[in-house]
Parts: sequence; C-alpha cells; structure tokens
Amino acid sequence: MEKPKVKIDYKNAVISIRGLEKSFEDYAVLRGIDLDLYQGENLVVLGRSGTGKSVLIKLISGLLKPDKGTINVLGNDVTTISDKALQELRIRIGFSFQNSALYDSMTVRKNLEFPLVRNRKHITRPEIDTAVETVLDAVGLSQTINQMPAELSGGQRKRIGIARTLILNPEIMLYDEPTAGLDPITCIEINDLINEVQQRYNTSSIIITHDLTCAKMTGDRIAMLLDGQFQRTGSFDEVFDTTDNRVKPFFDYNFIQ
Amino acid sequence: MDNVSTPPPAKKTGSKFKKSLSDFFASLYNIHLFIVRFFKEAFVPPFELKEVVRQCYEVGVRSFTLITVTGFIVGVIFTKQSRPSLSTFGANSWLPSLVSIAIMRALAPLVTALIASGKVGSSIGAELGSMRVTEQIDAMEVSGTKPFKFLVCTRVLATTIAIPILATYTAFIGLLGGYLNVSFNEGTSYTTFMEQVFQPLVYLDFTSSLIKSIVFGFTIGIVGCYQGYYSTKGTEGVGKAANGAVVTAMFLVFIEEIIIVQITSNFR
Repeated sequence: MEKPKVKIDYKNAVISIRGLEKSFEDYAVLRGIDLDLYQGENLVVLGRSGTGKSVLIKLISGLLKPDKGTINVLGNDVTTISDKALQELRIRIGFSFQNSALYDSMTVRKNLEFPLVRNRKHITRPEIDTAVETVLDAVGLSQTINQMPAELSGGQRKRIGIARTLILNPEIMLYDEPTAGLDPITCIEINDLINEVQQRYNTSSIIITHDLTCAKMTGDRIAMLLDGQFQRTGSFDEVFDTTDNRVKPFFDYNFIQ
Repeated sequence: MDNVSTPPPAKKTGSKFKKSLSDFFASLYNIHLFIVRFFKEAFVPPFELKEVVRQCYEVGVRSFTLITVTGFIVGVIFTKQSRPSLSTFGANSWLPSLVSIAIMRALAPLVTALIASGKVGSSIGAELGSMRVTEQIDAMEVSGTKPFKFLVCTRVLATTIAIPILATYTAFIGLLGGYLNVSFNEGTSYTTFMEQVFQPLVYLDFTSSLIKSIVFGFTIGIVGCYQGYYSTKGTEGVGKAANGAVVTAMFLVFIEEIIIVQITSNFR
C-alpha cells in the first residue's frame, strides 16, 4: 500500500499555475488557484464532486479557456499559445479520462494506433506494431488487442485508456478520476499501474480523485481543493493532520484500510 | 484557441419570448461560425482523404436499400397517378416526358435528400453526439488530432459528394419504375420510352438537379455534425441531436428547394 520512492526534481516545475479563475455562468468554480507540479512528481488533487477538479485539468490541457490567470506547461503558456503550438504541446501530455473515452467504433489496436499514426507521419507499420505491443504489455492487456471497447470491463477500459496516452511517451500525465466506478481490487491495480507509469515512463502526473486510497497509494503530494481554492497542500498525513472542519469530514467519511 | 466543448452561450434576456428569440439568433450565428470553420479547415492540408472515402461509403451503404425501394416506388406511383389526368386529354404518350421532368427536376434530389436526412443525418447527429458526451471528441483533441477536421469536415464532404451520386441513382431507379409501369400498361418499348424521357430535358435540368443535390448534401452533413458536435446533457442530448439533425435538415431541404426552384426558373 505504501508508495514506492521516486526521484523528484523540486527545482523544475513542469506545470506552473498562477491566479487561475474559471466560472460557469454565475458560479465561480476556481477562484485564484496557484499550483506547481514538479518533474517526476505525482500530485493528487483531492476534493468533493463539483469542486472543479476536472475543470482544472481540462484547463491545463487547453480543453477549456480560463477567465483569468496563467497556466505554464513545459515552458508554454496554454492561455496564450497558438492552436498549432497547443496541438504540438498536447502530444507531450497524456490525458486519461474518467470514462476512458475509448473510440467505440475502433478495436483496441486501432484505438492505440490512432494517436500514433496521426502524430508520427513517417512511422512504419513494424514500428506501430511494436509500440502497440509495448504499451499493451505495460498495462498487462496484450490479449485484448483485437477486442472492441464494448467487450472490455471497466478496469480494462481504464488500462487501455492509459495505454493510449502512453503510446506517445508523454512527459506529463493527467488522470481524471482513475478509480471511479471500479471495485476495490481493480482500484488497487489501477493505483499500482499509475505508480508503475511514473517510474517506467518518468512522467509527472496530476491525479484527480476523491478516493483517499488512491490518493495515499499514488500521491507524492496532496492538494485539497475546497471552495475553488487549494486549502491544504502537503503529504497525505500533513493534509489530514488537521482539525479544520472543512477537511476533516472528508477524511472521516473515507475509510482507509 | 477555440473553446471546443460548447458553442458560445446565448446572451441572457428578460422574458421567455426574448430568450427564445435570442437563442434562435445565437444558434444561427453559431451555425454560421460552424460553416466558416468548415471552409477554413476542410481545404487545408493535411487532407483526410481516406476518411472521406470511408464516410462516402458509409453514407452510400446506409441509404442504398431504402433509396432503391423508395426511388422505384416513387417512379411507379407517380406514373400510375399521372396517367388518368393525361388520359382525359388523350395525352398518354406524354407520360414518359412528364415522369422524366418530374423525377429529374424535383423528385430525385428531394426524395434522396429526405431519406438521407433521416438515415444519414440522424446517424451523424447520434454518432457525434455520443462521442461528445463520452468525451471521445475531447480525447481526440488532447491527443494532438483536430477532431473538427477528422470528424466534421470528412462527414460534410462525404454527404456533399455522396448525395448527388445517390440522387442520380434515385433518378435512374425512378425512371426504371416509370418505364416498367408504362411498358406494362401502354406496351411502350424501352427505346421509345428513353427517347421520350430525354426529349424534354435540357442542360439546365441536369445542372439544377446536381446543384440542388450538392446543396442538400452539404446541408444534411452540416446540420447533423453541428447537432452532434455540440450535443450536451448526456444520453438525452444524443437523442436530441439525432432528432434535431433530422427535423432541421428536412426543414432546410424544403426551404432550399423553393429557393433553388425560384432561381433556376429565371433561367428557363
């Protein structure tokens, strides 16, 4: 259950967010967020549903536009970057969606090939096959290569979703609720996979979750998002070693083995 | 940088009527932006030729059987229903000409467009809607692919190319239905029928029919894609996108038919 030790470069922030604000109509979801993700680090963003966790990573990947603030990703300000540069930057960022977002009309193989074929114009067929087999092996699902997404279980879909992002060798991984809707054993398997990806691919990750087991197993650092701002940041024990009535109930209602 | 998830929201106004009106004009504006974006992206490399061909095949396959049956029935019924009126004036020999004019000028493009609105438009709306609500479009976006180009441009080009081809096929099948009916009742030979079919037709009939089909195809593609691409509210939104694609496309097809007929009649 303990997280394996990894080397984190605290001098090198791969994502740096300052004064980030985002509202939907009259509802302010994020109210001035400051955040740094360091090279090699797994940062878990914890918070209740509707607190803007997913909005945060959609802003980082440029899927949404912020109202205010700057988002610096690998040296590029996502808020002012051109479309072309954003497209190139996105290849360096892996995004694992809450519901996996596998392409229903394609087999697992085609799902994995899709980002590769579209972003590496001169790649050969043997190189594609090798890349697909490597990532499938990394997530332990080589046998599913010719299956359709509808034939996979929830856990398998998550793994294939992660494999699809890994195929482009991203430097940053963004996980949106990686364990949502999965049974406890599959959750632990996914948590192990997140740690394995961090070590094997040397990625820096933001993991959005409200699952404290996931947070404890995968997070090098935890940031607690409440009322549109990070209320507490630190190690798991530091965040929850508090009498703060806004944070304490979140811990109390999550039973951790 | 485009906000890819939703179209720009309508401005808030006081009364319900004002809001509906405002929403209507906001939708028109958004469709305008959608069309402009299509022209900006569709003809700029890299071209998605493989996907366009695949989509053309999908459009053709989805509609082929229904269009064959409907086109044939339209030809037979139109011939059958026109016969008594012409018989009154002893003008049965004009039946092939009447059938050909009706099918070539109006029925073939219109029937094809209406069937394609139902089969293809709804399918595009539901497919893209489903991809939107399950975040597949976002997944494409974040993996460095332009989903608008890959999903929208290819489908709109496919409908614009495939529907004129289908309309030509409908015309052929409709005329075949008409011929069988005329041959059975009047004993007209194939050669005579064909001579009378092409005799009244002029170059403008073919071009106006082709232009109509292209416009209809483009409309069906754009409407289906717009409804699906900006689908919201989960599975309910997918249903609405499919329904909206059919209803709006059919409505627009009729409006365009009136406009194009008015314009082409000036050249006759």
